[in-house]
Amino acid sequence: MSTHAEAHAAHPPAAHQSSRVDARTLGMFLFIASEVMLFGSFFTAYFFVRVAAGTPWPTPGDELPVFVAGLNTIILVTSSFTMHWGLQSIKRGNRAGLQAGLTLTFLLGLSFLLTQVLEYSRVGFAPYTDAFGTVFYCLTGLHGAHVFVGLTLLAAATTRSFRGHYSPEEHLGVEIPGIYWHFVDVMWIVVYTTVYIL
Amino acid sequence: MKNPLRSEAEAFQFLLGAIAYFAAITIAGVINEWAGLAVFVLLSAGVLWWWFKARRVEAPRQTVPTHRGGPGDRRILVIANETVGGEALRDRIQERSTGYRTQVCVVSPALNTPLRHWASDEDPARAQAQERLQASLERLEQLGIQASGEIGDGDPVQAIEDALRTFGADEVIISTHPEGRSHWLERGVVKHARERFAVPITHVVVDLEAEREEVR
Repeated sequence: MSTHAEAHAAHPPAAHQSSRVDARTLGMFLFIASEVMLFGSFFTAYFFVRVAAGTPWPTPGDELPVFVAGLNTIILVTSSFTMHWGLQSIKRGNRAGLQAGLTLTFLLGLSFLLTQVLEYSRVGFAPYTDAFGTVFYCLTGLHGAHVFVGLTLLAAATTRSFRGHYSPEEHLGVEIPGIYWHFVDVMWIVVYTTVYIL
Repeated sequence: MKNPLRSEAEAFQFLLGAIAYFAAITIAGVINEWAGLAVFVLLSAGVLWWWFKARRVEAPRQTVPTHRGGPGDRRILVIANETVGGEALRDRIQERSTGYRTQVCVVSPALNTPLRHWASDEDPARAQAQERLQASLERLEQLGIQASGEIGDGDPVQAIEDALRTFGADEVIISTHPEGRSHWLERGVVKHARERFAVPITHVVVDLEAEREEVR
């Protein structure tokens, strides 16, 4: 009797690839889980301060720049569209489209971040002022840090695109920052809706 | 579980969905607080319903194995855990082998705990599957059936797909315990295999306990 089992009597035979969790899938799940926990802890603090503790939101005398933040939201959402356009362009072999899309995305993201910094300087309260100020700066600051990471990834992808990297077949270096950028965008929509509007 | 961040296109669609979701809640909330809450509850329920429904109706892609060997050759793939030695299975294999040069391959899935699976800690499961496979092959040999064997994925349907790619088969036999004692039947393994593979699939129920009773 010839069996594979006999050939590997001492050790289990090599595994099929499918018998293990795909490393990229596992990595993405772990990333999402860690982000959910990170943002979740800050949102828990937010809901505790606002709902459980019954703190007025915003604190009387303070005013949230809803309109400027709204414009910033439009800027960030637009940057997701340009990101998507850039990736679709390279999938069709349009390198100029990729370059334009990534450049615009980077510039829009940078505009968002600079506007955020400007908003901090004019908002009129500080993180140490009260619980409301702490939560506001923590949530928006955490998101801003994510935007900064996204801009770093975008800067690398944009530079590579101008150096002739990427093709319709090989564009993972754009795909991954794209996923991350949309994720950052979704998180901002959650932050903007809960902190500024509702 | 559907992962919305698996590709950029899916993430972009997820973003558009998030915009619509929060815009609807915000607009309703600005008009009236209770209306905002109602929209939030309704939309959340709708999203959950759609998510679960979309997962169920997702049509599996059928795998079509190619026939290997000549017209007189037949390859039978047997997927079984501890039920491989049953007489019903032996009878079925002998019935399907008549008149053909038959090759039989037995796949023993490396059944693992979810925690060990996610930690890619599969060596103990594969070692146990190896022991079961060895016993199965010896049992089949005693019954007069020459077979080769391999250890497969912990998911029996995935194990079939893997074996179809390496062994190729004209027929698949899935051996399970009777209804009520079989985890595989409870999970719909036979049904899912029939949906996923364009190859004749036979389900053989092996009641090892009854056979042991008969031996006594």
